[in-house]
Amino acid sequence: MSSPILKLIVQRVALGIVLLFAVSLLIFVGTEILPGDVAQSILGQTATPQALAALREELGLNDPAYVRYLRWLGGVLSGDLGTALTSGHDIASSISDRLANTLFLAACAAVVAVPLAILLGLLAVRYRNGPVDKAISAFALASTSFPEFFIGYLLVFFFAVKWQFFPAISTVFDGMSFIDRLHAVALPATALTLVVLAHMMRMTRAAILNVMQSAYIETAELKGLRPLEVIRKHAFPNAIAPVVNVVMLNLAYLIVGVVVVEVIFVYPGMGQYLVDHVAKRDVPVVQAVGLIFAAVYILLNIVADISAILANPRLRHPK
Amino acid sequence: MPDEQSRKAKSGRLLDIRNLRIEATTYPPGEPPKTITLVHDVSLTLERGKVLGLIGESGAGKSTIGLASMGYGRGGCRIIGGEVVLNGRDILKGGRSGLRKLRGREVCYVAQSAAAAFNPAHQLMDQVVEASLLHGTAKRAAAEKRAVELFRKLGLPDPENIGKRYPHQVSGGQLQRVMTAMALCSEPDLIVFDEPTTALDVTTQIDVLAAIRDAIRDTGVAALYITHDLAVVAQVADEIMVLRHGRLVEWGDTRQIIKEPRQEYTNALVSVHEIEHQEKKAADTPFLSVKNVTAAYGQGTVKVLKNVSVDIHSGQTLAVVGESGSGKSTLARAITGLLPPMEGSITFGGKKLSNALSARSKEDLRQLQMVYQMADVAMNPRQPISTIIGRPLEFYFGMKGAERDRRVAELLDKIEMGKGFADRYPAELSGGQKQRVCIARALAAKPKLIICDEVTSALDPLVANGILKLLLELQAEEGVAYLFITHDLATVRSIADSIAVMYRGEVVRYGSKSEVLAPPFDPYTDLLLSSVPEMEIGWLDKAIASRRMESAGN
Repeated sequence: MSSPILKLIVQRVALGIVLLFAVSLLIFVGTEILPGDVAQSILGQTATPQALAALREELGLNDPAYVRYLRWLGGVLSGDLGTALTSGHDIASSISDRLANTLFLAACAAVVAVPLAILLGLLAVRYRNGPVDKAISAFALASTSFPEFFIGYLLVFFFAVKWQFFPAISTVFDGMSFIDRLHAVALPATALTLVVLAHMMRMTRAAILNVMQSAYIETAELKGLRPLEVIRKHAFPNAIAPVVNVVMLNLAYLIVGVVVVEVIFVYPGMGQYLVDHVAKRDVPVVQAVGLIFAAVYILLNIVADISAILANPRLRHPK
Repeated sequence: MPDEQSRKAKSGRLLDIRNLRIEATTYPPGEPPKTITLVHDVSLTLERGKVLGLIGESGAGKSTIGLASMGYGRGGCRIIGGEVVLNGRDILKGGRSGLRKLRGREVCYVAQSAAAAFNPAHQLMDQVVEASLLHGTAKRAAAEKRAVELFRKLGLPDPENIGKRYPHQVSGGQLQRVMTAMALCSEPDLIVFDEPTTALDVTTQIDVLAAIRDAIRDTGVAALYITHDLAVVAQVADEIMVLRHGRLVEWGDTRQIIKEPRQEYTNALVSVHEIEHQEKKAADTPFLSVKNVTAAYGQGTVKVLKNVSVDIHSGQTLAVVGESGSGKSTLARAITGLLPPMEGSITFGGKKLSNALSARSKEDLRQLQMVYQMADVAMNPRQPISTIIGRPLEFYFGMKGAERDRRVAELLDKIEMGKGFADRYPAELSGGQKQRVCIARALAAKPKLIICDEVTSALDPLVANGILKLLLELQAEEGVAYLFITHDLATVRSIADSIAVMYRGEVVRYGSKSEVLAPPFDPYTDLLLSSVPEMEIGWLDKAIASRRMESAGN
């Protein structure tokens, strides 16, 4: 393999790491300038000044900010995200289950949404400006325009309450079989699919239509290829970069933006965990979750960048 | 379905187009859609194994007719009348699936720009054998074997492995041959060549042309050869059809068309290049002098100009000739300061011009103006012509209002376009008119030198001729000098007083026109001169036989 590609990929990864450090700093500064005192919020309004001072000393809150930042960062790097103030649990172990749940839900939604969106995009181009194209666009845009909670409750109403195919509450626990898990997350996964579908579909359609103007599309048509083959074989490979970009943005949304859906279906994922602890002003948890979300975003964007580099034959096969 | 027996036969009628009529709908901004007729009842017949040249200016309907033989309408063109009988059946009655069966099987297409016509995402071999596999004319291994044979026949380097390359890894001239191999691979009865050598350098064109001609002859395929260059088509065609504005002008065998044209328009095409231009004597001191200039892209890594020295004399034309990549346009960029030279100097009117654009005075900038090859993209499409020409008047001379309008009208008059054009937009003008406007804009600054970068290359021969005449008249009236960059030696003869021949970043021959164009020649100038197609049957064989060196594009 060639060196320019390797160089570009290394650059992207290095940039991602730098970005992650910058984000960790931002998160720390952000929680630092929030009003309120951690010791106060742990001990409550009735605490004595001596108790507060002792706790501050114990938590190291009297140290300068940069010392506390470095201590936190060092912990994060060694896998220690700290302990939750409100419950005293170790954050890393509480998060790992929930992160797995969130990733499972996101994966279920993505497995359906990404191929479906690309297929619909291809079909929309094949029958462009005709009734099929308009119907696909109308359906996808409508499903995106409805708020997630509205779609969620509609699904609950029909599939859980009226026809009782799926549970209204997505309870998952250890030792549950894979099929049971799928059954449990069917409704939230469907809701998420509907939310992210249109964006990816529209971008696929636009990116391919852009390529359809090229002379090589005419070459393919003049070889006698069927329209859908022309699109699949000759247009789509040249539209991968923008499509991958929007797919990765939506995957990130599936992991990071699922708060509402998780709350509706009472699904024990990251979103719900974050909401609970924001309400309780549990700063270490908020910091940890924020950092994980940022890492997910950065990772997926690196994947998108690298895919775009790999999809470019000029970079893959230099002269 | 075509009868296999008649398909195999080497003689007989292959294609019979009767009263073809093609329409397109255009949507001019702010006006109701208009339906225009592109082809008016054109008929033609083609025997098996013969080559018919379709010739005419842009808008003559050549490509439209060529594509109609595959039942294809480009960009919303509709075939609304007539018959296209191929292998004994009217293909327009076969429906879409019937058309798909014949495209890539009975008729194949070679586009003008192979660089754009190949899919950048796939290896060449996959694209070359695609039609054969699709139509089941051969299994993959057999198709690839045939492709390699064709690559060899077309003179491609490393025929065994070139198929593994991607389009961007192969030069333009080579891609054009690969595209010809692609068209031949599924053993069609007919190939439509749509200006296959127009985008190539003359030195490359001659090789590709010879390769195409031999491939046609050896495989016995019939061809429609579309071009605007009569000299090119005379080398490959058995018969020539001259078209204009979608109508037939004249149709006859090649010798008759070029030797005894019966129509006035054909005659004009045949005799188009001849402008008599008397060479002017160089004055003692040039007003612009380029001394030992070396310039490079990418912090000195890629040297594109090596130690170049030329002089330009007041009111005269220096033509810079060479193939693409020889550094012609880079020389222009170095003179204008767009690419500051690494070494060497440029003197203007006795004083040294600063190398960098940002350090030059407005007055220096005014003295050097440019006209580009692509007039369309050199003008702001949202500005009317008066604004485009008026801008240098405002910028350099502070002219406003009525004074400016009067001067714009004068300039429009000079380029032989009426005042009525002042309010038009670039999109409403023809290619030649757009180029005239660009010339007027350059002239508006009253420069001492106008750099003309391939200004006639994108134009039809007759229109290009008009532009050359205009440039000569303007030079006589205004005393402006030209640095005329071109790859076309015929143009050079018509306009130049002195000539610099460039090859791989160096000036290999330099002097007055009469000196440069008189023997003995250095090998490269000889190659350039001998590569210019002449309107002479059999020129191609003579030229190939007498060449002393290969072109750089190979």
